[in-house]
Amino acid sequence: MEGGLVLLGGGGGGNGGSSSGVSTNESAVLSKVEVVSEAESELELGLGLSLGGGGCSTGKTKASNSSWGECGRILTAKDFPSSVVSQRTNNGGPSSVAVSGTKRSAESVSHDSGSPTAVSQVVGWPPIRAYRVNSLVNQAKAQRGDEEDKPKDDLKKKHNYNGKQISSTVNEKGHLGFVKVNMDGIPIGRKVNLNSHSSYESLAQELEDMFLRSANSVEKEPSTMASKLLDGSSEFVLTYEDKEGDWMLVGDVPWRMFVSSVRRLRIMRTSEANGLGMYK
Amino acid sequence: MRKKIMYSFPDEVLEHVFSFIQSDKDRNAVSVVCKSWCEIERWCRRKVFIGNCYAVSPRMVIKRFPEVRSIELKGKPHFADFNLVPDGWGGYVLPWIVEMAGAYPWLEEIRLKRMVVTDESLELIAKSFKNFKVLVLFSCEGFSTDGLAAIAAGCKNLRELDLRESEVDDLSGHWLRHFPETCTSLLSLNISCLGSDEVSVSALERLVGRCPNLKSLRLNRGVTVDKIANILHRAPQLVDFGTGSYSAELRPDVLLNLAGAFSCCKELKSLSGFWDVVPAYLPALYSVCSRLTSLNLSYATIQNPEIIKLVSNCPNLQRLLVLDYIEDSGLEALASSCKDLQELRVFPSDPFGAEPHVSLTEQGLVAVSLGCPKLQSVLYFCRRMTNAALVTIAQNSPNFTRFRLCIIEPKTADYLTLEPLDVGFGAIVEHCKDLRRLSLSGLLTDRVFEYIGTYAKKLEMLSVAFAGDSDLGLHHVLSGCESLRKLEIRDCPFGDKALLANAAKLETMRSLWMSSCTVSFGACKLIGLKMPRLNVEVIDETEPPDSRPESCPVEKLYIYRSVSGPRFDMPPFVWTMDEERKVMH
Repeated sequence: MEGGLVLLGGGGGGNGGSSSGVSTNESAVLSKVEVVSEAESELELGLGLSLGGGGCSTGKTKASNSSWGECGRILTAKDFPSSVVSQRTNNGGPSSVAVSGTKRSAESVSHDSGSPTAVSQVVGWPPIRAYRVNSLVNQAKAQRGDEEDKPKDDLKKKHNYNGKQISSTVNEKGHLGFVKVNMDGIPIGRKVNLNSHSSYESLAQELEDMFLRSANSVEKEPSTMASKLLDGSSEFVLTYEDKEGDWMLVGDVPWRMFVSSVRRLRIMRTSEANGLGMYK
Repeated sequence: MRKKIMYSFPDEVLEHVFSFIQSDKDRNAVSVVCKSWCEIERWCRRKVFIGNCYAVSPRMVIKRFPEVRSIELKGKPHFADFNLVPDGWGGYVLPWIVEMAGAYPWLEEIRLKRMVVTDESLELIAKSFKNFKVLVLFSCEGFSTDGLAAIAAGCKNLRELDLRESEVDDLSGHWLRHFPETCTSLLSLNISCLGSDEVSVSALERLVGRCPNLKSLRLNRGVTVDKIANILHRAPQLVDFGTGSYSAELRPDVLLNLAGAFSCCKELKSLSGFWDVVPAYLPALYSVCSRLTSLNLSYATIQNPEIIKLVSNCPNLQRLLVLDYIEDSGLEALASSCKDLQELRVFPSDPFGAEPHVSLTEQGLVAVSLGCPKLQSVLYFCRRMTNAALVTIAQNSPNFTRFRLCIIEPKTADYLTLEPLDVGFGAIVEHCKDLRRLSLSGLLTDRVFEYIGTYAKKLEMLSVAFAGDSDLGLHHVLSGCESLRKLEIRDCPFGDKALLANAAKLETMRSLWMSSCTVSFGACKLIGLKMPRLNVEVIDETEPPDSRPESCPVEKLYIYRSVSGPRFDMPPFVWTMDEERKVMH
């Protein structure tokens, strides 16, 4: 089976590949890509694939981005402002960006010795389905009753999230953590994990990143927009549906009370939100 | 003049012969023998499996196979299970239902996995297929109990309704009442994914009572243990039962009733459920244990000695799902009691904690591999591993077909030698010649991929995370694994070179997922340009990929083969690299 693919303009077969690597120069990508076929010896392949644009290094190199040499550079986490590759605490949120250098962020995870939440900062890891995670925490909740600080002996060694308060949303479905969020004007809803937040501010921040930043893809608004969602000075306001099916403004009640009664969220246009929850 | 000898049978005879051929692979082989066989076969194909709903369009399927009775579709990539695929990505079943409603009025079975199913789709199913029998929604979402009510009311001959692991908007527990009194055909009902809302237990009891052929019943968490006895008494013929919440205030009469009810179920072979277990109710199960072949305790937060006690009483156990509360000692007990064990899954009770709270290590898995010669399928979450243990496991269990190991902390080395786990996983692929599915974890270099490329010739699905050093790793896999169909990779330093070098390989696979790797946007465009039979989709939730230089790596990449071209239902954060569509949504 031929593993190679010649993407050069000339030549039909794929066996003549030499050991140069792929150039990442913009114009060069389309015109000058040579590829090594299976027939090449592994050593050459090793040389070829570990090279940047030249032919000078030998042996294995780590995929450090600086080996691209003069052909262009893959931008790494270093090139971006730290807000882009940030240590977000959203476990399940899909908005955690790793533009490049995620190897870096993974490294920082494992080098982060002593940090109790090292594993939980990586999205989708360990690979356990959300409903399973929710089910475990939910059961702990149910067994402990509503008081988080009333541990039973047999539970002491189980659900120790390293002293972190687990503010759990046991919503109507009994599904902990993830609630749906819709924004007026955007047909596709998202989900956010309330367990990964401990305050309205951080929740609003994540929502802002999810909805408002992707809407204005070019301008990167300063993160003060988040508080605008909460203080009513923006075009949009954050509301939620509670256990009884009523729509309320987010922010009025203590965080934990909110978390235990919220069913889902909606980023509503301020104009439509008049009179919301005022009579509660 | 030579007489032409016709070897052909009348079409009806061939059709009859073909009806004995059920497997897709064989059917596909039959259809390429000659044109007339192809023609006959396509008219009598009754079952179609489509592993990627975007690989082909509904119309194409209908055109080729006009008389289908059963269809299975899969939507989102597997990593959607771990929230790596943003909401709104796709996988909508409605377009399929709409087309099939017109073309397959006699459709009987629909099985979906990881698809978005709306109430509208369910209503359409209920209306359009008069002989509808089987609905399986595995890991689906987008519908509510209203849609289920429509199915219940509309499908007069419903045999199977299985909602396993789906996400359902529970609007009302009363949807069960929509099963008419005349409905007696149910064989299987799995509502375990429904929430804790009041499910109408009385409606459930009546339904169960009038379906004498009900073999499989899995309740949801809202049904408490005191309700089980009544249900079981109405269905003593059950083979597979899933409890709801296995808890209630402890009362001796409830326990007695429960034990009595279980002992009446002489056919019961499989148990699951067990949310919120009150250990005092476990003895009710003991009468069933000797017959059990499958036991799912993966939601049960019970510990030893209760787990050991249960498991030791199940000598015929073939399949066990359990939390790591079982610990090494429990696994040793399992190894000595359950010699028929074929499948073991051990889930973490505290996946996000940094410190282990249970004594579950590589020793447990070694013990099981030693004691259970029929062990074939393993999913094991633990916090430490050694190459030596993996080598031992590999030597003990050459029959593995599925081996998925998840060492919870990424890049964890062999804790004794501090070396990468290359050699250990290498032993697995070398000894387990029938290995079809493999998931890697721990500290791994390009070396492990060299082993995989060399030995894992039957490997069909590979999951990789936080592993490898360079493109060489990916190249080994793509060039060496002949049977590879699905490859999913996250957070590895794999970039353009290996992908471009092996682009042709991608057409022999179902799909490739790469996220948080170093594949550049330029390479994606190039593959999209040069490989028209591949759909190359870039997912980026922050900004359009072409607003950055082409050398920038893409956030997420999903490449799959398709005969129907790029799809039209992409959300704003997904871009196709199709040449004609020129990088657009």
